[in-house]
Amino acid sequence: MADGTHETEKMSVLNPVGFAPKITPKPMAPRLESLDGKTIYLVDPRFDDSGLFLRQVQDWFAERMPSVKTELVEMSSVYTKDDPKTWEMIKANGDGAIIGVGH
Amino acid sequence: MHAIALDSKYGVPTVAIHTNVFEKAVQSVTRMHGMPQARYTFVPQPVMGKTAEQLRAYVEGKSPISGRPVMQEVIEGLTRPAEGDHLKEIKFERSTPRLVDSDTDDNLHHRFLENNWTDKLPIILPTEKRVAEMLAHTSRKPDEVAGHIRSNQFRQHWEFTVEKVAVNAVMAGASPEYFPVILALAASGVSARGSTTSSMAAMVVVNGPIRNEIGMNSGTGAMAPYNHANATIGRAYGLLSQNLQGGSIPGDSYMGSQGNGYAYGSVTFAENEERSPWTPFHVQHGFKPTDSTVSIFTGCRSTAFTLGVREQFWREHVRNMLRGMDAHSAPTFLLDPIAARQYIDRGGFDTKEKMIEWVYENALMPAGEYWDYQLIQNYIYPRATFGEEPYASKLKAAPDEMIRMFKPDEIHVVVVGGETNGYWRIMGCNYQKTVSVDEWR
Repeated sequence: MADGTHETEKMSVLNPVGFAPKITPKPMAPRLESLDGKTIYLVDPRFDDSGLFLRQVQDWFAERMPSVKTELVEMSSVYTKDDPKTWEMIKANGDGAIIGVGH
Repeated sequence: MHAIALDSKYGVPTVAIHTNVFEKAVQSVTRMHGMPQARYTFVPQPVMGKTAEQLRAYVEGKSPISGRPVMQEVIEGLTRPAEGDHLKEIKFERSTPRLVDSDTDDNLHHRFLENNWTDKLPIILPTEKRVAEMLAHTSRKPDEVAGHIRSNQFRQHWEFTVEKVAVNAVMAGASPEYFPVILALAASGVSARGSTTSSMAAMVVVNGPIRNEIGMNSGTGAMAPYNHANATIGRAYGLLSQNLQGGSIPGDSYMGSQGNGYAYGSVTFAENEERSPWTPFHVQHGFKPTDSTVSIFTGCRSTAFTLGVREQFWREHVRNMLRGMDAHSAPTFLLDPIAARQYIDRGGFDTKEKMIEWVYENALMPAGEYWDYQLIQNYIYPRATFGEEPYASKLKAAPDEMIRMFKPDEIHVVVVGGETNGYWRIMGCNYQKTVSVDEWR
């Protein structure tokens, strides 16, 4: 301001920020004691060559931890959509999951 | 977010693998979804385009964030509970104060800038008096919930009141008589600060009597910074989006890799209904000519332009432009009235719908090229493989077979410009919705 007296005058203004949603804490699933003999689903969100990456994860398990069974599955549609059908399938048939590469 | 659902809702221990540039975004999303203890690790960016050997090196390498082996973090994430009580880190009851702590003019400007509440250009401080003047131009109560907004599908909605919209409108320098338009934009729930790595911007088209009531420009320079209403309504839309959705901060809540200059003003203009030879855009979408509306497009990135509609090769010129567009973002034709009339002369398109049909039939690409685009791989191919039409049928085409790039309902035509010449352009973007301004008067 050109008027020096105004430069030290305090003023009141409104906050422009919206109201955050109330956060509901979510529990984690119990972790596995061991991966030995377990079935781990590798979930491909079909984004930016993520499937190619997960194949390398699958190969890693086959070579380094052969007792772990891996199943590579693609999400049913684009990664932006929920996929309860796939999640139910994994819940019914798997012990754990790795999703990648996320976005 | 899918990992959170699979872990917490379905009870399947899950680890997510992300690329390192998403570190802050992942922390923010997991915290806002109530699961800051979610297990994840990181590999280097990018994954796209890497060879099998390079990807294997990622798998066998270390997280660029923690410095620990990626697969060790994956296995620990499946077998070990999270360390520490992360839930204590969450503030579950949060409210935004109505006022900012009082301070001097200079200090307040500095605080708004430092808090990422601006678009980094100077703002008008939202004093009680200025906000009250803005609120006087709507019949809605200041504390009425005007809507909810978020930056993308993975973020939670934030809520806002009419007064909060007014605060942002003041900051943008908007005149109070523009407020119903700004309220309608806010209430649409469509963010002008969407967080995509593709750096999208929004585009706003105003139709109906409100255009002239508030002096919007639909003629010469309509999409440029030469009209107060166009400029400040567009700026207000950007500011309200970022502030009411909980932020738009690079690397945290905004992931646009390159950014987008269109985002400064959200390409805001009025359709030149008076000089258009066709039905106004809002009437095409179910409103009366006497209704005032705003139409919102998102995903504005790619633009092609040319001059005139030439007699001999206009079809080829348009096809070339369409082939040069991003195949994932459908074309919206922004035509100076001169160009619009030329399209009638050349193509016989006496309605927008006839022109749209021609574009639909002529926006073609060999199937092999189409399916190889990364954006098509990311967003269309998955839908095609699971049977969604028309994509599933396109997937059956031989690689050299010409297939249609877009659906007819994705293609749009808007008339704008002052007839200083017959220039026109194609904006690659996605039409979201047309909403009433009158409801917010």
